[in-house]
Amino acid sequence: MLSKVAERMYWFSRYIERAENTARMVGVYDNLLFDLPRSINISWFNLVVINSSEDVFNARYTVKDEKNVVKLLLADSTNPNSMSSSLLMARENVRTSRDVLPLPLWELINELCMYVSEHIRDGINRTNRHGFLDNVIKGCQQINGLLADNMSKDAAWQFIRLGRNLERADMASRILDAGITAQLSSSDVEQDLDPSQIIWGNVLRSCDGAMNYRRTMRATVEGTRVCQFLLHDKHFPRSITFCADQIAAAVDLLPACEIEELAKLKTLLAGEPGELDESFSDYLNDLQLSFANLHMQFGQCWFALDR
Amino acid sequence: MSIDWTEYSTGNFYDELIAEDCSPREPATRLVNYLGSLSTAEINKRKEMAESTIQEMGVSFTVYTEEGNIDRAWPFDIIPRTISASHWEKTAKGLKQRLKALNMFINDLYHDQEIIKDGVIPAEIVLKSKNFRPECVGVTPPHGVWANICGTDLVRDLDGQFYVLEDNLRVPSGVSYMIENREITKRVLPELFSKDSILPVNNYPAHLFDMLASLSPRDISQPEIVVLTPGIFNSAYFEHAFLAQQMGAELVEGSDLVVEDDDCVYMKTISGLEQVDVIYRRIDDEFLDPETFREDSMLGVPGLMRAWKAGNVALANAPGAGVADDKVVYAYVPDIIRYYLQEEPLLPNVETFLCSDPEQRQYVLENLDKLVVKPANESGGYGMLVGPHSTKKEQEQFATLISKNPRNYIAQPTLSLSTAPTLCGSTPEPRHLDLRPFILQGKNLFVTTGGLTRVAMKKGSLVVNSSQGGGSKDTWIVEEKR
Repeated sequence: MLSKVAERMYWFSRYIERAENTARMVGVYDNLLFDLPRSINISWFNLVVINSSEDVFNARYTVKDEKNVVKLLLADSTNPNSMSSSLLMARENVRTSRDVLPLPLWELINELCMYVSEHIRDGINRTNRHGFLDNVIKGCQQINGLLADNMSKDAAWQFIRLGRNLERADMASRILDAGITAQLSSSDVEQDLDPSQIIWGNVLRSCDGAMNYRRTMRATVEGTRVCQFLLHDKHFPRSITFCADQIAAAVDLLPACEIEELAKLKTLLAGEPGELDESFSDYLNDLQLSFANLHMQFGQCWFALDR
Repeated sequence: MSIDWTEYSTGNFYDELIAEDCSPREPATRLVNYLGSLSTAEINKRKEMAESTIQEMGVSFTVYTEEGNIDRAWPFDIIPRTISASHWEKTAKGLKQRLKALNMFINDLYHDQEIIKDGVIPAEIVLKSKNFRPECVGVTPPHGVWANICGTDLVRDLDGQFYVLEDNLRVPSGVSYMIENREITKRVLPELFSKDSILPVNNYPAHLFDMLASLSPRDISQPEIVVLTPGIFNSAYFEHAFLAQQMGAELVEGSDLVVEDDDCVYMKTISGLEQVDVIYRRIDDEFLDPETFREDSMLGVPGLMRAWKAGNVALANAPGAGVADDKVVYAYVPDIIRYYLQEEPLLPNVETFLCSDPEQRQYVLENLDKLVVKPANESGGYGMLVGPHSTKKEQEQFATLISKNPRNYIAQPTLSLSTAPTLCGSTPEPRHLDLRPFILQGKNLFVTTGGLTRVAMKKGSLVVNSSQGGGSKDTWIVEEKR
């Protein structure tokens, strides 16, 4: 398989995953902020922080309100991480690799991009936002479903797996990080309602994991357990350990190459997170650095063949 | 309201679907009657369905601008053009005969040049062609075939007969649109496919694959076949990707390939370098290899010609094949067929005047207002003079051009290109069209079932090129009822 095509597969799946995650997170916030007391310090701007898009935001907008945040995250073509940009990049990667992907994928991604460009106002205004985001998520899931069922599980598929799981793990670590930050900043405020339930419930929903958490943990939503679940659960497809296992399995099936970072990530994940304080934030930071190293090593190993 | 065919006027042209008395021609009977049975609202619905199908299928031309890429949707008319299977069978034979002779001609030119020695074609006609590549002299590609993929443009004149307008032997494009047009029509007019016997067109990629495999220098069961594209910025990129996908071949750019010291071509893969056997190249000769042709080419692969000459890789079409799609050479094709095959041409040429011949040039200069003047080596309908539609000033300009460089021009009478009903709003009006079938030659010969029908969407226009606002139609080869 061509190195260039491998790289496109990898990016295609990262972008689809990114688009789906962004749509889900906006949806979760949309839902959450309806029933939150004003005293609790969760604002739309958190979403910008989770996506590391503060610079892009500040360059474009001054008011940190819902409309601007949602615009930046869903529609902004100058934000390379926006949902629209991600989908267009995914489409571009499919367009240039149609020879290794199932035929109907091209139609699906076209339909999805057309739907988004025609209905983007529904995403920005509140009235139809839920339905709009739902359709985008369904569109992404349809694409993943098609690939799962129709695509030969060859090298191209392994690169798709690498991209999807790395993106997913990275996003989970960011969502956890946002949870910790919110927890730390809200604990010193006196209030009747325990914000912790809301914060960690929100974290779970952002990873589409509320139901799975309840079934697996058989406990109320509580910070340490949620972190435990999203870090270590062996079976939940969006837990970081699950993603890391998927990455390791895909690497095994690709032409022999030393991905040294995998061992480091495994060691990191074997450690127990302690208290939910700054040290946990540092731990998540180490995870994110490890993901960045993985990304770099994939590139050196399979994509760049300059001799 | 529905289509009233008695209102349809064919004018002074041969119409593909409707006879002079407004009755449908035989292969179009069911189609015409069916369209007549649809209400205007239904016709409009089908039209919209075609448009959204094209968008969903992503059938497009890409135009890149500073602001980003614009995908221009493929212009398509939902009324198919029909040809009877028996008529097509004869035409296909003629096309095969033509390509076979042309390939013998090219092979001869790069070897002993018998045809020149025997005085059938003047040496300067061939050797002065800018598509004659001295670098190719002495090379024998697999099966002695240089033009493996040929797109021949056919037009139908008033007499209902097909004439060859030109042969495209370099990198002809359009075949993917032929296949997609059928896919669109199947969704838009599904009712007709269950009743009529319309021959399928989607077997082309399989034949293309077999043909390319038959060129492999290594005798292995799974030769590595790649499609070499100039990249995403090329207007035919859609087709390059489409064909690679349909054949299960790798779609590569020049930067993915490398020629090593062993004069073999390799592609860069995730497990290192892998040898390439056959390259279906969609890059012009000049850009193929900066070592041999244009040094500034970023699209090609340094050393590719070395590898090809050493016989380590097959290139389709072979470099230098374009020498036979020169419009001056075109005038000699009937003689070329007689010379190599000792057969009479089955498909006639359009009458052609060579400006290099003093007598014929005189006639051309005196009749510029009636003739179509074409440069010998341009494609895409550029740099032409259409006499009856031209101004005095344009005619004078061409007279100067011809006198300066007579070898570079030919002239042909203005043809009465055939028409077919084409939806303008929801009413069919006659529009001129042509037909580009694709012919393959490797170990065997193959002709597509029909081809790509291109139609001039503007009233009275004869320019069908998609780069200049032409559209297209599905082409049906219809089997007669027995």
